[in-house]
Amino acid sequence: MKMPPTNSLSLFTALSDLSGLSSGFVSVGDETVAWRELLAGSVLDSRGEELVGRSVVIATKNQLTAIWAMMELDGLASRIVLYPPDMPLEHLSYVIEAAEADVLVSDRMKVGEFVPPVRYFTPCCQKIAALRYDRGVPIQTEWILLTSGTTGPPKLVVYTLASLSGAISQGSVSNDRIVWSTFYDIRRYGGLQILLRAALTGASLVLAGDGEPATSFLTRAAAHGITHISGTPSHWRQALMSPSARLIAPEYVRLSGEIADQGILNHLRSAYPQARIAHAFASTEAGVAFEVNDGLAGFPASVVEGTAGVEMKVEGGSLRIRSGRTASRYLGRQATILRDAEGFVDTLDLLELRNGRYHFAGRRDGIINVGGFKVHPEEVESVINRHPEVQMSLVRAKKNPITGSLVVADVVLNGVTSSASDSIGRLQKEIMLLCREELSSHKVPALINVVGNLAVAESGKLVRSHA
Amino acid sequence: MEVRSEITDQFKLVAQEQDRRLAPLTDNLPLMDSGLDSLCFAIVVSRLESSLGLDPFSSDEDAHFPATFGELVRFYENAAN
Repeated sequence: MKMPPTNSLSLFTALSDLSGLSSGFVSVGDETVAWRELLAGSVLDSRGEELVGRSVVIATKNQLTAIWAMMELDGLASRIVLYPPDMPLEHLSYVIEAAEADVLVSDRMKVGEFVPPVRYFTPCCQKIAALRYDRGVPIQTEWILLTSGTTGPPKLVVYTLASLSGAISQGSVSNDRIVWSTFYDIRRYGGLQILLRAALTGASLVLAGDGEPATSFLTRAAAHGITHISGTPSHWRQALMSPSARLIAPEYVRLSGEIADQGILNHLRSAYPQARIAHAFASTEAGVAFEVNDGLAGFPASVVEGTAGVEMKVEGGSLRIRSGRTASRYLGRQATILRDAEGFVDTLDLLELRNGRYHFAGRRDGIINVGGFKVHPEEVESVINRHPEVQMSLVRAKKNPITGSLVVADVVLNGVTSSASDSIGRLQKEIMLLCREELSSHKVPALINVVGNLAVAESGKLVRSHA
Repeated sequence: MEVRSEITDQFKLVAQEQDRRLAPLTDNLPLMDSGLDSLCFAIVVSRLESSLGLDPFSSDEDAHFPATFGELVRFYENAAN
């Protein structure tokens, strides 16, 4: 067991300390930069001294500039907030307020429209300057990840480099034979894990460029000889539909972020017979808990008791996790409790025990997972209910072989609409349009059913079937 | 022919709804280059399940995923027979 990083260690010092840092690189789209070049340069215009102790939001489109900014800011800034590129910019002002951010790092042109005054606006420059400032003694930076909230703004989840990297075995010698890749964006928990795996071990990393088609990404990944690659089951289902998926020959394939069903595990086994295929249980709040290596869906019951460094229990049907790898708390106005009094995080993932093996059976909070993206039914319902002809709506999951689930809405009308099929068709289109204007694409219902009524419980709440 | 035209229609419809530019649907077109992303495919598969009553992706855990438009059409045609 290798030593986990100490609190004083920063990403910058960890990477600098790796011996044999000769050939490890990061490749994003058509740009490839060696780790050592990354350490020698500054994407923040060498203005690092102005950023000491600041809370900084990184909202770049490009993954490479984001990595570079993280590398520079960890150990320097008080907080780094990772704003994913697909997160609507309208949430930016809330995130800045909740994170008490006074610096924004962005390469987006439109960002100014949504931003309250911040003390510094530091656009990333295209030309990388040499790092010309003293980094001083590293401070412990808080890493803030965003995850979608029940309605409206995202939740801000607090980590440190130590808690984020708790599942990573580090050494003092660079592991530059390994070439990591991931379909995730590195601003998401699953992607950040892969970035840290590469950076903390000196391995190389191949990522998709901004808007790069999957075919081109896989072709490039193959050209770089990737050895390790991760993604959600949905990422993999889509990748396996590309002839380019046959170009890569990974020795390790990792799935996380969604339930891995037997179908996708079998497909990966036949596509990559030489690879070790693992599905990991990890979440933005609970961190990395465990990895399943037997090629079967679900996980052996023994995992709950027998995972080193992670305590688990099943209570009230859901999996609860306590470890040094979980997030510590939420930030912001609507911050709820992330860890209970005993330090356990309730994952809200419901488990069913069958023949000595646990299987996932949906979510206690009804969250729908569409290809790794969380959808809160209430958020979608609140948009649908704004339509003047809608009385009430119920948003639920429909099983799907590509994205795991899709969002489906059952809608009750308030009697204004005629029951003629052309009126219903017009209404369905209008609701769809309304949702498209207000919501990210994975939250928009794929199907809108007009129904006569919806079951309401005595509590006055809609009856939801969560499993 | 019915299966093919239904698939073609759904590709066009979903591309239009999702504001995607659809490539010409020839048999050799790799699905990844069609202009649809995985969410679009998920919607197409879900709608085909309603219209054709078929979901070959779910019914066979060991089937090979189709990689081109032609393979997708055959995937559904085989399931229909």
